[in-house]
Amino acid sequence: MHRFANPARFQRIATAVLLWLAAATAVLLALGLFFALFDSPADYQQGESVRIMYIHVPAAWMALFVYSCIAAASAVALIWRHPLADIAARAASPIGAGFTFIALASGSLWGKPMWGTWWVWDARLTSMLILFFLYLGHIALSRAFDDPVRGARAAAILALAGFINVPIIKFSVDWWNTLHQPASILRLGGPSIDPSMLLPLFLMALGFTTFFVVVLLLRMKTELLAAKLRAVQLARLHPAAAAGR
Amino acid sequence: MSGFLALVRRDLQLAVRQGGDAALVIVFYLLAVLLFPFGVGPEPNVLARISTGVLWVTALLAALLSLDRLFVAEYEDGSLDQLTLLPMPLVMVVLAKTAAHWLLTGLPLTLIAPALAVILGMDAAGYPALVLALVLGTPTLSLIGGLGAALTLGARRAGALLALLVLPLYIPVLIFGVAAVDAATAGLAPAPHLAILGALLLAAIPLCPWATAAALRQALE
Amino acid sequence: MSDGLSSFFAMGGYARFIWPAYALAALVLIGLLVVSLRQLRRTEADLAAQRGKRPETRP
Repeated sequence: MHRFANPARFQRIATAVLLWLAAATAVLLALGLFFALFDSPADYQQGESVRIMYIHVPAAWMALFVYSCIAAASAVALIWRHPLADIAARAASPIGAGFTFIALASGSLWGKPMWGTWWVWDARLTSMLILFFLYLGHIALSRAFDDPVRGARAAAILALAGFINVPIIKFSVDWWNTLHQPASILRLGGPSIDPSMLLPLFLMALGFTTFFVVVLLLRMKTELLAAKLRAVQLARLHPAAAAGR
Repeated sequence: MSGFLALVRRDLQLAVRQGGDAALVIVFYLLAVLLFPFGVGPEPNVLARISTGVLWVTALLAALLSLDRLFVAEYEDGSLDQLTLLPMPLVMVVLAKTAAHWLLTGLPLTLIAPALAVILGMDAAGYPALVLALVLGTPTLSLIGGLGAALTLGARRAGALLALLVLPLYIPVLIFGVAAVDAATAGLAPAPHLAILGALLLAAIPLCPWATAAALRQALE
Repeated sequence: MSDGLSSFFAMGGYARFIWPAYALAALVLIGLLVVSLRQLRRTEADLAAQRGKRPETRP
């Protein structure tokens, strides 16, 4: 695992992979949007408003997926002290916060015509809102210290402490009577959605995922370069201390 | 066990000697709750309707007040690493300091809450549930708050950051605490909600000090 | 033809919910991408400027 810890090597791999991933993202999202908006049926109950699902559900999946990645990276950072893990976690949380916001807002826009209300304090929505604030806390905490390592470690502990929220979100619609509908895709017995709707759903989900990796790699490259910048600036100020390294 | 109690007693004595904390928290609680009749209007129905939420939310905010002082004094004068050198595990040290914090904030809040409930005109059926819910909920607030305090040691804007980190984690306690009292005033059984509050507390007692100790060690590195 | 297009945009009456949802998602995601790219460019430029300021002793 530490083979990838070398920053220069990571930069080379990231740059090589980025263009392909960006292209894949464009293709997946274009196809996904085509099927979502044009070539998929309206729902017999919800009419055209079901098309919001193709934004809302993948965004919600990403909100949980990104947080799980951050939790995993945090565990790796705390247990094995892998240098890229801290950087990955710090780079990922703004993206996760963005997806959570999209999930909440699109859900609200879907809920108004379907449920008659913009918001309801049921278990699913409340725990997603808590997830959004966990992301904001992670973003703030990792940048709140002069020593970036201290910030990264504190944020890692926060990320792991908050991970309890993820299974709560997933199973909230099963454990409580919620207005939000129960699981209809990731459930025992297979999806209960028509395949013609599954296709755009998965295309958008895949496109969001590759988008996440693209932006994550961009942000990680920036973090590594910023660390190098600090080192170069330090070397200019204290050449003796830098040469001793 | 004696070391645990000694640490609790030490924190309590320090707080008493410094005078401020418990009194400040109680006064803040009183003031914050009393703001609502001024802001919302004195109409008894409205006040009774919001009384549960007001009492709980202001309790959360009052609990926040003294949290950032939980470890800061030791952190700033350098005696924090001496806490790790005590013959007790660091987890027990954290538990002791959290217990002292609760005795100085959560317990006083719980004791004056019924009086404030009377002022807000809460239905008397809710009073026992209110006290029980606060007894079960406020220690959890201290435990979660301790984690937030340890994570933000030495951070810029530690006070505001602490609130941002801790308040979302407080929300489950708030939800079930309010649900317990609302159930009682509606004539239903508060027991299920109180049970969940108890479960949250039982989960917090081992987990929060463990994470807090890890955070303290990070702060000391 | 234009009738088909306008009925597409009308989305069966749900247009004022659907299009803001898609637009918001696009805004947030494109915004994330743009900000991240700009931060990368800026850091690359800063690093190049710093290195240009002193003789290259080691990379």
